[in-house]
This record gives sequence, structure tokens and C-alpha cells, in this order.
Amino acid sequence: MKGLKKKRRVQIILVAVAALALSTGLIGYAMRDGINFFRSPSQVVSAPPGEAEVFRIGGMVEPGSLQRGRGETIRFSVTDGNASVPVTFRGVLPDLFDENQSMVGTGRYVDGVFEASEILAKHDETYMPREVMEALQESGEWRGEGTPTAAGGS
Amino acid sequence: MIVELGHFALILAFAVALAQMIIPMIGAHKGWPDWMAAAQPMATTQFLLIGFSFAALTWAFVTSDFSLRIVVENSHTAKPLIYKISGVWGNHEGSMLLWVLIVVLFGACAAWFGGNLPATLRARVLGVQSSIGAAFMAFILATSNPFDRLASPPFNGRDLNPLLQDPGLAFHPPFLYLGYVGLSMAFSFAVAALIEGRVDAAWGRWVRPWTLAAWIFLTIGIALGSWWAYYELGWGGFWFWDPVENASFMPWLLAAALLHSAIVVEKREALKAWTILLAILAFGFSLMGTFIVRSGLLTSVHAFANDPERGVFILLIFAVFVGGALTLYAARAGTMEARGVFSSVSRESALVVNNVLLAVSAFVVFIGTMWPMFADMFLGRTLSVGAPFFDMAFSPFMVALATIMPVGAMLPWKRGDLRRTMRPLWPLAVLSVALGALVWAMQTGRSALGPVGATLGLWVVLGAGADLWARTGRGALAGRLRRLTRLPRADWGKATAHAGLGVTLFAAAGLTAWEAEDIRVLQEGESYSFAGYDITLTEVRQVQGPNYNSDMGVFELARGGEVVSELTPEKRRYPVAGMPTTEAGIDSGFLRDVYLVLGDPQEGGGWAVRSFLKPLANWLWGGAIIMALGGLLSLSDRRYRVASGRARKQPGPAAAVPAE
Repeated sequence: MKGLKKKRRVQIILVAVAALALSTGLIGYAMRDGINFFRSPSQVVSAPPGEAEVFRIGGMVEPGSLQRGRGETIRFSVTDGNASVPVTFRGVLPDLFDENQSMVGTGRYVDGVFEASEILAKHDETYMPREVMEALQESGEWRGEGTPTAAGGS
Repeated sequence: MIVELGHFALILAFAVALAQMIIPMIGAHKGWPDWMAAAQPMATTQFLLIGFSFAALTWAFVTSDFSLRIVVENSHTAKPLIYKISGVWGNHEGSMLLWVLIVVLFGACAAWFGGNLPATLRARVLGVQSSIGAAFMAFILATSNPFDRLASPPFNGRDLNPLLQDPGLAFHPPFLYLGYVGLSMAFSFAVAALIEGRVDAAWGRWVRPWTLAAWIFLTIGIALGSWWAYYELGWGGFWFWDPVENASFMPWLLAAALLHSAIVVEKREALKAWTILLAILAFGFSLMGTFIVRSGLLTSVHAFANDPERGVFILLIFAVFVGGALTLYAARAGTMEARGVFSSVSRESALVVNNVLLAVSAFVVFIGTMWPMFADMFLGRTLSVGAPFFDMAFSPFMVALATIMPVGAMLPWKRGDLRRTMRPLWPLAVLSVALGALVWAMQTGRSALGPVGATLGLWVVLGAGADLWARTGRGALAGRLRRLTRLPRADWGKATAHAGLGVTLFAAAGLTAWEAEDIRVLQEGESYSFAGYDITLTEVRQVQGPNYNSDMGVFELARGGEVVSELTPEKRRYPVAGMPTTEAGIDSGFLRDVYLVLGDPQEGGGWAVRSFLKPLANWLWGGAIIMALGGLLSLSDRRYRVASGRARKQPGPAAAVPAE
């Protein structure tokens, strides 16, 4: 009895270790494709990433740059106050998307234009993604009240 | 007045909770029966007080009492009644009150139906459960009081976020919370057993129904949330691997693991220490889910405005409960000696593999969810982890799980013979692979996901059927059919839930592999063909709703010259909240959904129109419903109803023995 129990315990531990090792390997492997770095418009302009890299960009939608209603491609510029990057997006914009609002998009940077495959929606007017808030603070464009928090419900 | 009474009831409940967390614990330690027995009336009192408090808040919403801050922020007189009620938990403060209401409800249930538990265990369970309630009541009273009054009440409110004014989301939070908080019961039982120093079959039998109930609620809650995201957000996705979604998915995975390991404790008195650990972790992840949603530390597509300070308070609660429980576990886990031994090919072993796979897949989700936070803190890089990560790192474990599930479910306890168990399963495996091959041949040149999903889905569903059929024994067909109808509901529940998982897996794979989409500009009266359908934009009209106005596109969906249905996607504007929303037009079919979204009006006339073909969309939620139904069937098994009566006649020897 005792011996069998011990043997079983060792086997269980081996299975668990094997599963953990496998998952760690898979995680490491999947991270190569699955991770999208965040870049502010200034970073994109000063050090443009390669055309193959999928990354996220975030900032404010520049006033006067939004062209919607001219075909299925929507164009606008995203800015953090210091630099501005033109963006194209084929699709239907999220409901709360507008000029002078924060946005985060996922896509590639090709020939000086960010081709977004996805524009992040938010569900609430006062919400601002943390990355955007930090990027704006860094460029000195943050105009919030003191601390970067937004009050309100969940 | 009622509002003040509600606030007062909340404070009273907090006091009762503090008493309930201390008195029964001392009673159980010293062996004083009257101190232990005090827990039951206190649990009932807590429930009544919080229930009254919640009713008072609901009353304030229904009558639009605009002297309350959260009513002003989240309600409006023009809002339909059902959304006035759902507005109670459509905001942070109210949702926390709902959370506490469910905590005390579960506590009261343990007091009401726990008659056959050993007295010390029951006293300790109620004590631990009450400490959870007390922590969250303190949280509400200190940082987010729902009964906050305004000095100068406005004439009308600011309306609930229009995205939340939806039947799917009205019931999503209550179900999710019932699931999260249901796991608090498993946690309380685990901690009580650790204090008690003993875990036996009776403990396993007690923990199982609670975990099962929590798992059912979580399944329904997650399915509702996913369904809502699908039809309301207008992107046609059902799962985004977003932190907020993962936060509810990790407890689900761990609850599923706990559910299965508790069976081993109940039937074979093995895997005790692991089961206790799972119970602690499952609730820990529920708390973390609350923390993730409210802290704003992770960027989420579903994020609403939030306040980091509250997140810190919840993180503190998390640290105290999970840290405390784990410390206790480290000190006491040695006492959980396993009784039953089992061979390496047996039901027990299969359940161990199930647990390892579920726990590891939860670990993968956890790493993917928390990595952005980790990278930001320690590597100084802002990044996000996208769906490709999860597709690659998570899916293999689900594939493995589905592959072994039918075999493991049919292995006998203690010692099995793989060849004998596989004998009836081989034809089914061949059939499933054949279906996969057929699908692969038919789709030519698309991702392998579809055929693999079809193979696994069919394999799991057929396997569940074979499991039931094998339970009917041998003999003539008529006799077996008769026995099939008389099988315990637990057997039916198991087969149903397993089949539901098969359906869900198939649907998720098929939907991802075979969806099609299109975007174009369309003039009124113009038509186009998409995925075998002819779609015509008949007109775009202005429509006036109760608290919104909208542009409604009227589309005609035709196939081979015959009109199939009329779709009406909308762009709504809610003037009070100042928010637009998109309502997709969906034609739900058995095999596919056609999903239309109305985009921007064009400068030269016409509208941008986005169309999706979503194969098997209904199967996804159908599978989740089947899973939940299986859980319900299992929960209603005779054993749970009868066992409670039988045990009362012979109180266990444990009843009088205090912990050493």
C-alpha cells in the first residue's frame, strides 16, 4: 500500500512537471507571435518598426484629421502632442470613436502609414487606456486633473 | 427614509458579520455547542439585513430617487423599468452590494441546509464565509457607499451607459457573481477543513454541489457575456482573450478541475490536499477577477471608468484571504493522508490528468493575462498579449483534454484496462476521424482548425453517448433502453455536460475557421452578393425609441431569388448619456448567422455596410447551455437529496472532537 501510494505520488508529480514544462515551452513559443508592443506616435516616428511587426499605437485622434464617410477606408491621424502618425482603417469604427478622443489601434506601419486591423473600443466616455495616459504624460500633453485616474462606476 | 434604513441595515449586517466570524470559531475551538449554534441565526439575520439593504437600493432606482448619487449617475426617468432594476448592479457600488448579497445568501444556505454537517465544521464554514462577507461590507462602507446622498438633487439622471441597457447584460453580472461567490463556499469549506484538520468523503460530498452550482452559474454568466459582446458590440466576435474575459474564464477552468477532483475525494478519499488547494485557488482567481475588472491595471476592451484606489483595497482583501489560506494550507496539508490507492490506468488517474490539463491551461491564461503588467513593472516595456498567443498556447491543452475525455470517463475506478475500455470506443474514434477527413476534403485549402474541431467535437459527443450506453449493462436492446431511462441523473448530467463541451469546441473551431466578412459602400436600393446570399439595402429610416433615436437600415436577405429574412441593423444615439451605440442586424439560423452592421453615412450618399457570415454561432451558446443543463441534472441527483436525511440519524464521531 505505502509503496504504491508513493509510486503514484511520484508519477503524478512527473505528469504535472511535464505538463508545466510543456506549457512553459508553448508560452515561450507563442509569445513570439502573440505579443504586441505599444508605441506612442513619437516613438513610431523616431524609430519606425519593421513592416512585418504587428504593434499597438495609442494617443489622441488629431482634430480635423478624421475622414469618415469617404468610402470604406477611414483615415485619421493619431498624436501625442509631439508627433503625429497617419492611420488607415477598413471597417466600422467603434461607437465612441471621435476627434480629440483617446484611441488604441493594432496593426502594422507600412510606408509611413499605420494600417490598423483593429481599433480598440471603449464602453464608457470617461475611460482612457492606461498606455495612452502614460504616453500623454510623457510627452507633457496630459491635461487631466492631477493623478491619471478617472472617477465613475465600474 | 427607506434609503437611510437600507444604509443602516448594511452597517448592522457588518456588525453581525463580525460577530459571526468570531463567536462560532471560538465555539468550535472550545467545543461549546451554543456558541457554535449561534452561527445559524446570525447567518439568517445577515441575509435578511443585506436583502433589505439591496431592496432599498432597488426601490431608490425604481422610483428614480435622484437624491442618491448613483441613481443620478446611472438612471433616468425615461429608462424602461427592467433597466432601472438592472441599473442597480450596472455600476460599481451597486454591483458590490449584489456581490455581498450573494455572499450572505450562500452563507445562509449553508446554515439552512447544513443540518447534517458535523457541528464544528459547520460553525467554522459559517465563520469563514462570514469573514469574506465582512471584508466586502467594510470595503463598501469605506470606499463605495451606494447610499451616498446628494446635497442638491437634480431633476433627472444621467442615464445608464446605453451599452448596458440590454437584456443580455442585465443578467450577465448576477450570474457571474453567483459563480464567483459560489466558489467562496468551496473556499470556506476548504479553510474550515484545514482548521479542523480532517478531510473525508463526507467533506467531498459537501463541497461538490456548491462547486457544481458555482460552475453552472459561471458557465451561464460567461456565455451571456460572450453572447452580449457578439451581438451588441458590432464586431461579431465572441471571445477576445481580453483581461476581463480571462478573469472570469480562469475561475471557470479551476472550478471545472475542482468539480472533478472533489469526485475523487468523495468516492475514493484520494487527492485531498490537491482538492483543498484547488478550492483556495479557484476562489483566489475569483477575487483576482474582481480586482482586474475594477483596478484598471490592465487595458481591456470592456473597461469602464475605474478607480485604482478601490483596486488596492480589493488587492488587500485578496492578499489576506489567499495568503492566509495558503499559509494555513502549508501548515496543515501534511495531515491530509490519502486513503484509497489506485492503479496508473484508472478513473482516478484519468481525473488527475484532467486536473493537470485544466490547471495548466488556467496557468497559460494567467500568464497571458498578467504578462503585460509584469513586463511593465520589471521589463519596462508596455505591451499587450493578443489572441495569437492564446490560440497557440491554450488550444493544445483543450485538444488533449477532448482527446482523453471519452476514454477517461469510461475507465473503471481503482484499476482499469485500457484495451477493454477502448473496445467500444474504437469505431467512434474512426467515425470522428472520418468526419474530420470529410470536412477537410470539402473545405479545401482552409485552416486545419475546422476539421480538427469537427473530429474532436464528434468524438466527445459520441463518447458521452457511449458512456451512457455502457452504463446500461448487457442483454437485449429493450432491457438496455429501459435501464437507460432509469440511470441516475448524475450519469445523465455527466454525459450531457461532456457532450456540451464537445458542441462548444466544435462551434468555436468552426466559427473561427469558416467565417467570412465583407465591407462596402451601399446606396439605398442597391444590392450585393455575399457568401451565397443576395443582400439589398431597401432604405435607411429614422426611428424614435423610448430613450434614444436611431438610423435603422432595412436589409433584405435573399437566397436563390427567395427572400429569407429582413435585417434591421441600427445606429442609435442616446441623447441623455450622449452616447451612440451600434445594433447589429442578425439573421440567426441553425447552421449560420448572417450579421450586418451599419457604418458611417457617406458624403456622396449611401452607407458603409459591414457583413459577416458566422457559421455555427448558435452552437457555441447552445453548447454552453447544454453544459449548464448537464450540471443542473447532476445537481438534482437523488443522492444529494436523500443523503442529507440519512446522515442526520447517525452523527459522525467527528462531531464532538475538536481540532487538536
